[in-house]
Amino acid sequence: MANKKYSFVLVALISVLLGLLAGAIIMLVSGYNPINGYAALWEGAFGDLYFTGETLRRITPLILAGLAVGFAFRTGLFNIGVEGQVIVGWLAAIWAGTAFELPTLIHLPFAILVAALAGAFWGFIPGLLKAKLHVHEVIVTIMLNYTALYIANHVIRTLLTDGKDSTPYVAESASLRTEWLTNLTQFSSMHLGIIIAVFGAFVMWFLLERTTQGYELRSVGFNQHASKYAGMKVDRKIILSMVISGAFAGVAGAMEGLGTFQHMYVMSGFTNIGFDGIAVALLGGNAGLGIVFAAGLFGTLKAGALNMPLEAGVPSELVDIVIALIIFFVAGSYMIRWILSRFQKEGK
Amino acid sequence: MLKNRLFYLFALLLAVGLVLGACGTADDEDTGNGGDTENEQAEGGDQAEEGGATDFKVGMVTDVGGVDDKSFNQSAWEGLKAFGEEQGMTEMEGYTYAQSESNADYNTNLNRLVREEYNLIFGIGFMLADAITQVSGQYPDTNFAIVDSVVEADNVASITFQEHVGSFLVGVAAAQKTQSNKVGFIGGVDSELINKFEVGFRAGVASVNPDIQVEVQYAGAFDKADKGKQIASFMYNSGIDVIYHAAGGTGNGVFTEAKDLKKNDPDGNYWVIGVDRDQYEEGAVPDTDDNVTLTSMVKRVDVAVADVATRAMNGEFPGGEILAYGLNDNGIAVAETNKEALTEEILNEVNSWKERIAAGEVEVPQNHDELEAYLGNL
Amino acid sequence: MVEYVIEMLDIRKEFPGIVANDNVNLQVKKGEIHALLGENGAGKSTLMNVLFGLYQPEKGEIRVRGKEVKITDPNVANDLGIGMVHQHFMLIEKFTVTENIVLGSEPKKMGRIDMAKAEREVQEISERYGLRVDPRAKIENISVGMQQRVEILKTLYRGAEILIFDEPTAVLTPQEIKELMEIMKALVSEGKSIILITHKLKEIMEICDRCTVIRRGKGIDTLDIAKTNPSELASLMVGREVSFTTEKTPAAPKEVIFSVKDLVVKDTRKVDMVRNLNLEIKAGEIVGIAGVDGNGQTEFIEAIAGLREVESGKIYLNGKDITDLKPRKVTESGVGHIPQDRHKFGLVLDFPIGENMVLQTYYQKPYAKNGILNFKEIYDKARKLIKEYDVRTPSEHTLARALSGGNQQKAIIGREVDRNPDLLIAAQPTRGLDVGAIEFVHQKLIEERDSGKAVLLLSFELDEIMNVSDRIAVMYEGEIVAVVKPEETSEEELGLLMAGSKRQKVGES
Repeated sequence: MANKKYSFVLVALISVLLGLLAGAIIMLVSGYNPINGYAALWEGAFGDLYFTGETLRRITPLILAGLAVGFAFRTGLFNIGVEGQVIVGWLAAIWAGTAFELPTLIHLPFAILVAALAGAFWGFIPGLLKAKLHVHEVIVTIMLNYTALYIANHVIRTLLTDGKDSTPYVAESASLRTEWLTNLTQFSSMHLGIIIAVFGAFVMWFLLERTTQGYELRSVGFNQHASKYAGMKVDRKIILSMVISGAFAGVAGAMEGLGTFQHMYVMSGFTNIGFDGIAVALLGGNAGLGIVFAAGLFGTLKAGALNMPLEAGVPSELVDIVIALIIFFVAGSYMIRWILSRFQKEGK
Repeated sequence: MLKNRLFYLFALLLAVGLVLGACGTADDEDTGNGGDTENEQAEGGDQAEEGGATDFKVGMVTDVGGVDDKSFNQSAWEGLKAFGEEQGMTEMEGYTYAQSESNADYNTNLNRLVREEYNLIFGIGFMLADAITQVSGQYPDTNFAIVDSVVEADNVASITFQEHVGSFLVGVAAAQKTQSNKVGFIGGVDSELINKFEVGFRAGVASVNPDIQVEVQYAGAFDKADKGKQIASFMYNSGIDVIYHAAGGTGNGVFTEAKDLKKNDPDGNYWVIGVDRDQYEEGAVPDTDDNVTLTSMVKRVDVAVADVATRAMNGEFPGGEILAYGLNDNGIAVAETNKEALTEEILNEVNSWKERIAAGEVEVPQNHDELEAYLGNL
Repeated sequence: MVEYVIEMLDIRKEFPGIVANDNVNLQVKKGEIHALLGENGAGKSTLMNVLFGLYQPEKGEIRVRGKEVKITDPNVANDLGIGMVHQHFMLIEKFTVTENIVLGSEPKKMGRIDMAKAEREVQEISERYGLRVDPRAKIENISVGMQQRVEILKTLYRGAEILIFDEPTAVLTPQEIKELMEIMKALVSEGKSIILITHKLKEIMEICDRCTVIRRGKGIDTLDIAKTNPSELASLMVGREVSFTTEKTPAAPKEVIFSVKDLVVKDTRKVDMVRNLNLEIKAGEIVGIAGVDGNGQTEFIEAIAGLREVESGKIYLNGKDITDLKPRKVTESGVGHIPQDRHKFGLVLDFPIGENMVLQTYYQKPYAKNGILNFKEIYDKARKLIKEYDVRTPSEHTLARALSGGNQQKAIIGREVDRNPDLLIAAQPTRGLDVGAIEFVHQKLIEERDSGKAVLLLSFELDEIMNVSDRIAVMYEGEIVAVVKPEETSEEELGLLMAGSKRQKVGES
């Protein structure tokens, strides 16, 4: 067991290194200086306090989205709907943040809770359909992503504003930003959400590994038949799993709404937070701590990427290629390990 | 076993790298060609030789469309580049752009340019309005400019265009061209800005002939060419023969559909009115001499950007002002490239309306309420 | 000097941490059926994989027809006329029989596969060895027994002279087993040689000529079947004396603990699978359900366990009505259940064995309190059960998947028995286990009986039913058609009852 974990960490690290190396080769072949490129990447991510703040802010929703995907994965479900759940969570957080006047200590937790509930509801729908009617969650969640996007746009235009493209800002009492963090990081949009995200990782670990509910969820994830034999209510666990996954995603939306942007605007496309969450979960081995590190890596790469064209002239698309390669190597390592384990099994 | 596999992966990667590398260089050359005719002559073109003696630095932040979107981001960059070259600046030192991959990047990119001590920073597109509002407040000593939106601050110049006027004029052209008395409008995202296009267009059409039907559809996105194609297909099928799109990349689908139809039915009427840039090239039907682009509502973001940059360099930065580029300063134009389709007759009609607008005889509506009133008065 | 087609001399194969084959010798004569006998994990498959070129031995020599050879991969083995019929079939479901057989060595005509020729060839071979198959049927539409024939044909098509059968009967019905044995005899009479990997003594005694026994990686002995007997083979294999007729004292049944009245259960297609079934089990007795698979046994057991809805009728445990209770309530009211398919129903294979030990009790004290698991208690319990039931595992943190079938079954039995149920259902508890493990399972069932529990044993192996049960209930088309005592009946009589051609007026209560 311990050995397995160790080897996973090793594989993940190697994948990252190979991805970076391949990126360097591509830079070299395309006529850019990889050392300058990566130096610019590092500068752009952690060059000074401002950029560090921006990077941490960027990591925050990625952690939560990764947790959402990872949680569902661990219970045998593929929640591609994190994207949509993020959007409804965001929307709900904005509503809660703009429609009420409450003291911070009540308002902020309330707004986050509302976002979690909205995300949970958006996860509940595919969960219910899967459990009761055996509709595959992948299809339902993909469709619900679009539904969420267009409903959110409509609500912004009609209910939250009068035909405007963006909502008013959330009340100070519902904002995750604090003056000291903003000042410390030289006006970056960093906010307290990073603490919530890391705590979320702990919650996921605790839920799955330490509670009876988590035991049931994992069991259902691995083997529905045996779980049913053992007296677990498989249908309910599927729903519960999607609900919890959706709640994580909803909180990720709240991070954007109450922290980064402080408002919501009519979106012409997806935020991609949910989709990046899939990659984060994969790289992080669907475990709380792993997801935190994976999100850290993704956030750093994405933040630093913006600096590469400016300082090294390297197109930022290249960083997307590096990220894709890292995922490729992680997935590739699965293949290799699967093949190896096949041979081992036959050898017995 | 394992080693072997890794080796293969490496070989594969190298191959991929080579291919991508090749693409990369090709792309770079692409951005250079511009395709855009007539390099505009911004005023005061003679200080060039000094070679960046001034320490004036100007940068821009794109929206998610990116700098090669064949639309206003690209146009803005072309304007900035022309300005920079004219002043003898070097790219990345004197003038530069920062590309945004998502809405979350706007703030970071603006901050980045502030930190590199750029004197003037453009935010391209209304999506950057919030970011500009925030960052301009944090850095009162830096000058900003926002395109397509209004930000009220002393260190921000708001660059707007009279899109409604341009849309009105192409509406006139559409009304003249249609034979079915049915025309269409495809918008990107239903928003204030795009409504301005829609309203102007409808007013222009109705001014010529109030009986012409205008079908209005919003694709919900600026980057969904497939969606654009789908809507266009539906519209052409229902008898519409002229479609005006204000939908960025989504509009590319409209061109595709029109070209497909035209190719199979060379005698049919399938017209597209382009937006932002002269989209004549997009309308060329392959292997024929036909072109489906009737005209384009050209929005000279490049002119505006170069103008504001020049004024700022000369110490005349229009901070706090709302600049409305329109017909008079060449900020808005009706493309006349397709002489065959845009006949003398149509052009005359367009020009006569142009004069009436310039003379203040016609007040072109800018939003739905004003449109109601305008249509009521016809 | 005898002529050997295959000689494997002093073969040594190591895997990290273990020696799978420790200087093993195997000599196969031409035209014989040679059994390779050993417990699960003894090293039989490893040895055969060495012969088939999948593994390279560290040491030793392989001779084929007297000539020393190096078998570096399966293609070399093929060229030498060695073919393997794998335990898990390597067939493509969507392809036809012929397509599967010729796959990889298709007859070609102008660059295209000559299907007509292939079909003719397949037909010819199958007729020669009595392997009747429809060359045009798709694999997904034919029975497991047929699929196995396709596997055999595949090796013959490639010109195999020496056929290795890896546990071929594990997946077959008794009827199919009989047919397979005929086929093997036909093959041998045509001059082929066969190596049969198995741990089933009955089969060896029936068709093999000689037998090589392997234990824990070491070659123990090679015997002539004619001069040996099952108990000698068993003790060679296990390394100690094994008794076949399970030792047990006569049952001392007490009050009725479990009773079923007029039970009707439908299957998923809404067909009556259990019809008016009546059965009683007393404390301190083992009732065996005998019957051919598919006569409602599975549905009957699922109905008891609460996994399948009861159409009509009642099930009582200790006088309490447990009909249609949820599975958890059934478990809590005192039913233990060793399921038919341990991988599918008995274990969560990707859980550590420790967590599997509390699969039904994880939510109860002391394993959990207020919804929080107490891993110390869970693993303490697991260690205790692992020790008590002799589950051989590196640790309680090892994934259940990594354990051998016998040890997985021991873990399940430990878990179920430890819950101290009043009724223990054991469905095919020894399927796929070797002699040693079977003995262990039987012993545990009898211990349970002796401690006053009711035991319901479902098995398709008549030997097992006869040996272990105190009473035998024969099930045919969803009904109990007879209840007999093992000492008062014979396999023949049971066979007739199971086939529905005889019926006894009993069991009405």
